[in-house]
Amino acid sequence: MAAMAPGGASNSEIYKGNAGKLLLPTWLVIGFFLLIPVALMAIYSFLTKEFRGGVIWEFSLTAYDQFFLNRGLFGDEPPSIEWTYIGIFWRSIWQAGLATVLCLLIGFPTAWFIATRAPRDRTIWLLIVTVPYWVNLLIRTVSMKFLIRDEGPLNALLLSTGIIDAPLGLINTNLAVQLGLFYSYLPFMVLPVYAAVERYDFALSEAAADLYASRWTILRLVILPVVKPGIIAGCILVFVPSLGAFLAPDLLGGAKSFMIGSLIEEQFKGAAGNWPFGAAAAMILMTIVMIVLLVYARSQTREAKA
Amino acid sequence: MTGTVISIDRVVKSFGTFTALHEVSFDIADNEFFTLLGPSGCGKTTLLRCIAGFEPVSGGQIRLNGKDIAPLPPYKRPVNTVFQHYALFPHMTVLENVMFGLQRLGWSAMDAQGRARQALELVHLSEFLKRRPAQLSGGQQQRVALARALAPEPRVLLLDEPLSALDLKLRQAVRMELKQIQRETGIAFVFVTHDQEEALTMSDRIAVMSNGHVQQIGTPREIYETPANRFVADFIGETNLIEVPVLGISGGLAEVSLPGGRRVHCPTRLVDGKQGVLSVRPERIDLCPAAEADMIVTAGEQVYLGTDIQLKAHLAGGQEVTVRLQNAAATVLPERGTELGLKLETGAARLLAA
Amino acid sequence: MKQLDLRRFPGFFAITLACVFVLYAPLMVVAVYSFNESTSITRWGGFSLSWYADVFTGPESPKFQRAALNSLIIAVLAGSGATLIATSAAVAMHRAGRFKAKTASFALINLPLMVPEVVTAVASLIFFTAIGFSGGIGTILLAHLAFCIPFAYLPIAARMQSISDSYEQAAMDLYATPKEAFRLILLPLMMPGIFSGFLLAFIISLDDFLITNFVKGAGVETLPTAIFGAVKQGIKPNIMAISTLMLGVSVVFVTLSWLIGRSGQKTQ
Repeated sequence: MAAMAPGGASNSEIYKGNAGKLLLPTWLVIGFFLLIPVALMAIYSFLTKEFRGGVIWEFSLTAYDQFFLNRGLFGDEPPSIEWTYIGIFWRSIWQAGLATVLCLLIGFPTAWFIATRAPRDRTIWLLIVTVPYWVNLLIRTVSMKFLIRDEGPLNALLLSTGIIDAPLGLINTNLAVQLGLFYSYLPFMVLPVYAAVERYDFALSEAAADLYASRWTILRLVILPVVKPGIIAGCILVFVPSLGAFLAPDLLGGAKSFMIGSLIEEQFKGAAGNWPFGAAAAMILMTIVMIVLLVYARSQTREAKA
Repeated sequence: MTGTVISIDRVVKSFGTFTALHEVSFDIADNEFFTLLGPSGCGKTTLLRCIAGFEPVSGGQIRLNGKDIAPLPPYKRPVNTVFQHYALFPHMTVLENVMFGLQRLGWSAMDAQGRARQALELVHLSEFLKRRPAQLSGGQQQRVALARALAPEPRVLLLDEPLSALDLKLRQAVRMELKQIQRETGIAFVFVTHDQEEALTMSDRIAVMSNGHVQQIGTPREIYETPANRFVADFIGETNLIEVPVLGISGGLAEVSLPGGRRVHCPTRLVDGKQGVLSVRPERIDLCPAAEADMIVTAGEQVYLGTDIQLKAHLAGGQEVTVRLQNAAATVLPERGTELGLKLETGAARLLAA
Repeated sequence: MKQLDLRRFPGFFAITLACVFVLYAPLMVVAVYSFNESTSITRWGGFSLSWYADVFTGPESPKFQRAALNSLIIAVLAGSGATLIATSAAVAMHRAGRFKAKTASFALINLPLMVPEVVTAVASLIFFTAIGFSGGIGTILLAHLAFCIPFAYLPIAARMQSISDSYEQAAMDLYATPKEAFRLILLPLMMPGIFSGFLLAFIISLDDFLITNFVKGAGVETLPTAIFGAVKQGIKPNIMAISTLMLGVSVVFVTLSWLIGRSGQKTQ
């Protein structure tokens, strides 16, 4: 998703005039099963709630009103800001952000280490780091849950060796969710950073060292600015899916780590649900993500021009 | 020379507002080694791609044995191409590559294999039939590309800078071989290059192109010795271009006044004019005593080239004149700053339009 | 004087090892415990294959087998459908020159990657409900088909980028019709990319929980939704056996695609 220009360098025209025919299936399938559904979802967010799940086709701003404003239990008090849902969004952004930082702190040194191996070893290291990604996300998350539960192997090991005398109580915490998100999306950080470091010209480090820079000064003043595009791409690739994640918060987090994904999911479950409200929450989530992507795309084009 | 095999007749090619070929016309004879020579962007490759059928022409005709092939797609033209980077199909063996065209023409596998083997023999590559292109050296790949294009016995073979990817030594060896294969097969070759040495050594005739125009068509000797204009003189080989006033022209001979005032006669295609450019090849200027000199110069930088020594000198007006002296034991080199007399060999100067 | 190696940073290797440990520890622990004799998942009761037997013959086995079959059918169909569509799109994007909706088409192909998965899930549910499609394998398949296209497209487009059009021109110069040039030259050259694209789309479909969970309807399960349902009741050893089996399948797939990618590079 990061850096693939439409088409590519060569402007070959062997199938000139056939673009419409060749792209028709793409337009039909993505148009029908994603574009129209998203448009429909936008419409649903402005409809009236039907109590058995679903909607009544009547225009209403209730969903957004409910999201942002508190009008009291019976809806007759003067509106004040409703913090519940904004809070959930804020917490999600915070969690996703911390997970991204965790991925960066672990992922950058890992990507650096891999990219500075001999070319033969790089593929093997990359394979080692990416193989878990190909394991079903649910399985991975369940495995993490199993490992860090209070009665799980991690605590059992630590207790039996006497390092701790009570379980860590890791499960159902924010940290567990971040760990889960880290586990889910780490390759998204490692791969773009790796690609950037692999292209890095070590003569720059040598030039900096020649000009009296220490190792860590080189990292701060030369390497990081040069590989920054890869780091930003990695951060986006981790942050965006983390924001709307469902499995990690649902399985690893407790009630206190309730995130957007779970909030939305709940609105579509049986009679307790509220479809327009769920649609509105999804719309808000999508808007946030689109803004992030847009800002990113802007900075990319600026960089390309510079 | 026998009849015309291909006629380029007022071919125009434009890309949007940019015109790559301006009404280009010439004929190529059967059995001819014809070269399109010019700097990059001159339109030579575009013209080749028009003949092959990869670019539709915007106007004009391309006649093959009298029949206009311009409307035909590439696969219906009895014309084959050797691509610049060979474009050998990487997923096929050498033999399969060479058989490809024959099989598309409906040959049986047996017959196609027989012909393909012959074609590979012609380029001395019979032992690599089962290899993949990636397992061959650059020179070998170039031969496979040649065999592949020759196997269907096209009326015309198009070669798009086929030697540019080879290193110098190999390039020189392949030149002679290519020329020999052209003679043996009797197929007309249209060879595109920007390398004038390549063009001069191999071609029967050369078309010098620039900015979408053919500047001159002629044998290598004609192109080098009697350039039609300033561009050709400058592009082919090294030359000194000296602006001179023209005193008179008659019967293909012009009288001009050299810097310093000396009058000389020189051949020209011009019929009249007051001002012209004199083209003098550096190897056709000799040093001489000032009394006999055509021009007086001040000696400058010397460049040692091995077989030759290049001497830069300056006319009184500051213009630079380059002289090439043979690196013989007897050659005495003038010191920097000394005054020298230059003598133009008979017929060495040629008057061109300014 | 000590030689300064500018490629090395102290601690980076340790972090890499820690990273690998965190990535593998949960999977390894589950794999080990799947061979646990004991019904209590916390205590080690000796090596046994009984939970694997349980997966295939136990009381819950019909449910999981049905779910696995559903997953497989959907992944094969959605994977191949998305691959076909993405192949055709990649040819258009790389071989049709400039055309009017090129940028829009590129954005559309990548749209499923940009829309958060939970949003796609909600939108799909609303759409299928609105047009009156009841949830089932059909709705899962259609949603997966759209979702998988960019994943199939990425490797195919990357491959296309390295295939010069001079191969097809050479083929046409050698009397191949455009159809033959596609069938005999472009398609075989694209094949490694198409294969990786299929594998990626296949795995993505197999992996999906969220969208499936929204559009599946009552009674229809894929392996992830079935496992999720079971895990909600607590992690039982048979789940660990299933997980280990899926881990094995994933490793086989990755190795396969890695080997194919390598052989693809060789022919270039």
